[in-house]
Amino acid sequence: MSDISYREISLNGLWKNNPAIVQLLGLCPLLAVTGSVINALGMGLATMLVLTVSNTAVSMIRSFASDAIRLPAFVMIIAAAVTCIELLMQAFAYELFQILGIFLPLITTNCVILGRADAFACKNKVLPAMYDGFIMGVGFAFILMLLGAVREVIGTGAIFANMDLLFGEGAKSWKIVLVDDYTAVLVAILPPGAFIFTGMIIALKNIIDTGIKNREAAKTEKVAPTSRRVRVTGNIS
Amino acid sequence: MGFLKVSSPHAHGPMSTARVMRLVLLATIPGLFSLTWFFGFGSLVNVLWASITALSFEALALKWRKRPIGFYLNDYSALVTAFLLGIALPPGSPFWLIMIGTGFAILICKQLYGGMGYNPFNPAMAAYVMLLISFPVQMTTWLAPQGSFAGDLLGPIDALRYCFGFGRDSIDAITMATPLDVLKQNNSLLIEDLWQESSQFGQFAGIGWEWANIGFLLGGMYLLYRRVFTWHAPISMLTSLTVMSTLFYDGGSSASGGSPLFHLLSGATMLGAFFIVTDPVTSAVSNRGRVIYGALIGILVYVIRVWGNYPDAVAFAVLLMNFAAPFIDHYTQPRTYGHKLKDQQGGKS
Repeated sequence: MSDISYREISLNGLWKNNPAIVQLLGLCPLLAVTGSVINALGMGLATMLVLTVSNTAVSMIRSFASDAIRLPAFVMIIAAAVTCIELLMQAFAYELFQILGIFLPLITTNCVILGRADAFACKNKVLPAMYDGFIMGVGFAFILMLLGAVREVIGTGAIFANMDLLFGEGAKSWKIVLVDDYTAVLVAILPPGAFIFTGMIIALKNIIDTGIKNREAAKTEKVAPTSRRVRVTGNIS
Repeated sequence: MGFLKVSSPHAHGPMSTARVMRLVLLATIPGLFSLTWFFGFGSLVNVLWASITALSFEALALKWRKRPIGFYLNDYSALVTAFLLGIALPPGSPFWLIMIGTGFAILICKQLYGGMGYNPFNPAMAAYVMLLISFPVQMTTWLAPQGSFAGDLLGPIDALRYCFGFGRDSIDAITMATPLDVLKQNNSLLIEDLWQESSQFGQFAGIGWEWANIGFLLGGMYLLYRRVFTWHAPISMLTSLTVMSTLFYDGGSSASGGSPLFHLLSGATMLGAFFIVTDPVTSAVSNRGRVIYGALIGILVYVIRVWGNYPDAVAFAVLLMNFAAPFIDHYTQPRTYGHKLKDQQGGKS
């Protein structure tokens, strides 16, 4: 495991093993706070930071924590990281902190973080573990923001509203109203919309994956000239 | 040339899906007629536009799924969904509302789950609930019935105009709250006073509503007579609704939930009982299961109507029980001939 390449880690975190749409971990914040891009971004950034910090710390103590007490130890580390992030957000983005509410402390129980700590960080060196945490966080935040954008556009007819909560006063003008006089489709912002659009994003990923696989299969699907099989039904390798 | 030799058992061919669906469509006529009589041509336009869009969406989905289009369109199931949704939507609904509804019903609730026979939820009701929580304003503006006040009835031309978005502003002038809504908002008047105060109420329930419900009751009776479905689910639903409303009808105080007759003839009760609850795909399968399924829907309808947030509840109750139908089926497996109950796998009752 220790000789895993950074390229592979990146590919895993962003696409092949994306925490949100492949591992389906951390669905609670994914479904709950992705009503708009800004909420999703805030949540994604917080999760990403916690993941990086906790993976690094877990990797550092991996040789001291015995198997029996490793999970409590991990949870303590994660909880400490989450508390830091929470205090940071209270200091610098108080309104966003209020909007995200209970879901910020709940990052502690987010399965992505404990999952990465147990599956990757406690078996790898510090740098790869840190990078893995970061990339997994990016993959998670990306899906969160994609979902937030889709739901915000369909639900309110505008996008990038309230970006000033995170980027200061200047970001107030970032809001783009796509359709004037839009009849809000409330279902997109309500919880059912989160489920429906998450499902659609997963379906989209599967379609892309199948497309890639078919194309690769088409490349390699050449029967060797010495082949003696009469009936060829699948790939010959 | 020889005679065709067929040995026993000489069973009748079962009713084909298309025939069942045609009968269901036919049975909506009395209800649709009374809706049109009292509320104008809005419902007919709804049904028409819903049918066009539903069939298009069905054909599109079948094309995407690489299924035979003609074969599946011919079973009329999309048309039934469209009719039920069109009837349930307020007359004079805008065209996009209906289109989103049929699109959701056909594409997401039906075809994504595998098409006819595989959908766990009744497509028309799921779409109705989706529209209700998405567009509460459009979904709760019902036209005022004929005879409630001096307003003109919606003619065919006006109905088309409203549907496709011309002169929608003026439609507000002829809308009013539904009787169930009035009853829900009421917290100070005795039922008797409320009846005299508001012009929505007629003989037993709301003007128009009572006749629409009687129309659907007639249609349902016809379907029962033609043995399209068994009596178990609808009768047990109506019975439990009656029992609930009798239990909580305290003679008409301001906190009362309305008389049993009012609940039987209001909102979508009869449409639900005979056209939605009897859906063979999403309801429980055995007769005993159907009794339980229907009874629980009746209780839920009353509970949500009287203590819930929404004035009418048939769609919510049906969806909740759609969830529960497989569970009910699991515990009400009938005994197969030649077996004792204990022999059967999974039969735990």
